[in-house]
Amino acid sequence: MSVRTPSILPGFGITLGYTTFFLSAIVLIPLAALVAKAGTMGWREFLDVLLDPRAVASYRLSFGASLLAATLNGVFGFIIAWTLVRYDFPGRKLIDALIDMPFALPTAVSGIALTAVFAENGWIGQYLAPLGIKVAYTWIGIVVALTLIGLPFVVRSVQPALLEVQRDLEDAAETLGAGRFYIFRRIIFPTVMPALLTGFTMAFARAIGEYGSVIFIAGNLPMKTEITPLLIVIKLEQFDYTGAAALGFIMLVISFIMLLSINLLQAWGRRRLVAAGR
Amino acid sequence: MAIGADKEMLAELARRPGRDTLTSAIVKGAFITVSLLFLAALLFAPLITVFATALEKGFDVYISSFKDSDTLAAIRLTLTVAAIVVPLNTIFGIAAAWAIGKFEFRGKSVLITLIDLPIAVSPVISGLIYVLLFGIHGWFGLWLQENDISIIYAVPGIVLATLFVTFPYVARELIPLMEQLGNDEEEAAITLGAGGLMTFFHVTLPKIRWGLVYGVILCNARAMGEFGAVSVVSGHIRGLTTTMPLHVEILYNEYNFVSAFAVASLLTLLAVVTLVIKTFVEWRGYRKR
Repeated sequence: MSVRTPSILPGFGITLGYTTFFLSAIVLIPLAALVAKAGTMGWREFLDVLLDPRAVASYRLSFGASLLAATLNGVFGFIIAWTLVRYDFPGRKLIDALIDMPFALPTAVSGIALTAVFAENGWIGQYLAPLGIKVAYTWIGIVVALTLIGLPFVVRSVQPALLEVQRDLEDAAETLGAGRFYIFRRIIFPTVMPALLTGFTMAFARAIGEYGSVIFIAGNLPMKTEITPLLIVIKLEQFDYTGAAALGFIMLVISFIMLLSINLLQAWGRRRLVAAGR
Repeated sequence: MAIGADKEMLAELARRPGRDTLTSAIVKGAFITVSLLFLAALLFAPLITVFATALEKGFDVYISSFKDSDTLAAIRLTLTVAAIVVPLNTIFGIAAAWAIGKFEFRGKSVLITLIDLPIAVSPVISGLIYVLLFGIHGWFGLWLQENDISIIYAVPGIVLATLFVTFPYVARELIPLMEQLGNDEEEAAITLGAGGLMTFFHVTLPKIRWGLVYGVILCNARAMGEFGAVSVVSGHIRGLTTTMPLHVEILYNEYNFVSAFAVASLLTLLAVVTLVIKTFVEWRGYRKR
């Protein structure tokens, strides 16, 4: 960190020092404590915790539900972004502003409100119950909660990308006789794809770690509707610190991989824009 | 969202020839309908439910929910935690943005990635790490117990977990903004003899004020609304270590739905106010990247 370009501006030492100090105290040292705790376990013990059937069932649920929710977000997030960018209709601006609601709304509130709406006597649940679809207290409820939480990621990353689509290319293609789907597949989709993938990955990453909105709607039955973050909380409540640390360590590694993928996807998207001469 | 560009695009769309076919109208109608139905089921219905349930038994019952001493204690704790956490993370965000945005040095991108880390980490992990440090069986648990200091299952733990979760909000807003604004004006001020603090308050601060407001309100919303991280370190002691979101959970699990949704309605209003300020800041010309 000592190598820096000279500047006449003051305050470099003190601000960088404070940044490093505060970052270490609040983020780095506590995260190191988690890694160190997981490190005190032997390989055998570590694998026993990770491969416990209840833990494995929770990974399958967390991954499956998050993947499904992120896919739903990819599809509906794209449709919503398209609607907001390309069409004008009454209330468009209000809806555009409300898209960020899941970011601003505390997760506990989303959790109890979704449960109320999708319970068997809820506004939507009462119409699904006769069809044999139970949402609240099943894995479907978990997918619903994770979809709400991840919605803004896809919409907010696709919107600016849709604005980048070159409309003159679309016009040219249409003049040359290309159909709607052909234009979409060859012109619009390639421009938007990096942003769509980035939004998808962000929604997926957020869904994997989500806790607050899920536990209310999930039912939380071991082996069936118990997500991995909840399993960590249960282990902590039983004072099984090492077990919690082992699961936490794995989730931390997954978060790192997600963060790296998001950064790579964003870099790829920027390169494509530059290559396209925009 | 870039509102200006949006408007241009819509205006251009209106002038566009050969697009007023029946198919276009049907496609447009279908897109708008699907979007609105999806948002209605997933977002609008839950939001309305919060207020409908809170007011189910009338306005008087709604108001009396807030007279409960535990509820008042939860509101007080949430405000206290935010009052500690938001200023600390704001000062950190400004310091980090000054160091990273105004100077070139080795390791900069690593530092930015590390600052962003808490966003990627599960809220449960954000609480877990402090339990592993300060909990009874944690690294410093024994020492803390001998010296009669409680951090976990007490207010300091809640403050720490909230600090972690909201850590990047101000910094990640200000770093790109300061980088983008450049150093010319600050360098001119310093050359003309202004001190560092004077330069910051009179030159830099006015330029970054909307970005600062933006970061601070998002940080505040998350600080007041955090559930997972706080839940892990809180211990859920009624009236003592329950913040508003945790109190919502307790009331909800006791089947006291009117009170649970009444407290939830306050948190929803907080979210609405946050979005209004955010939209206002964007409307003032501050663009999110």
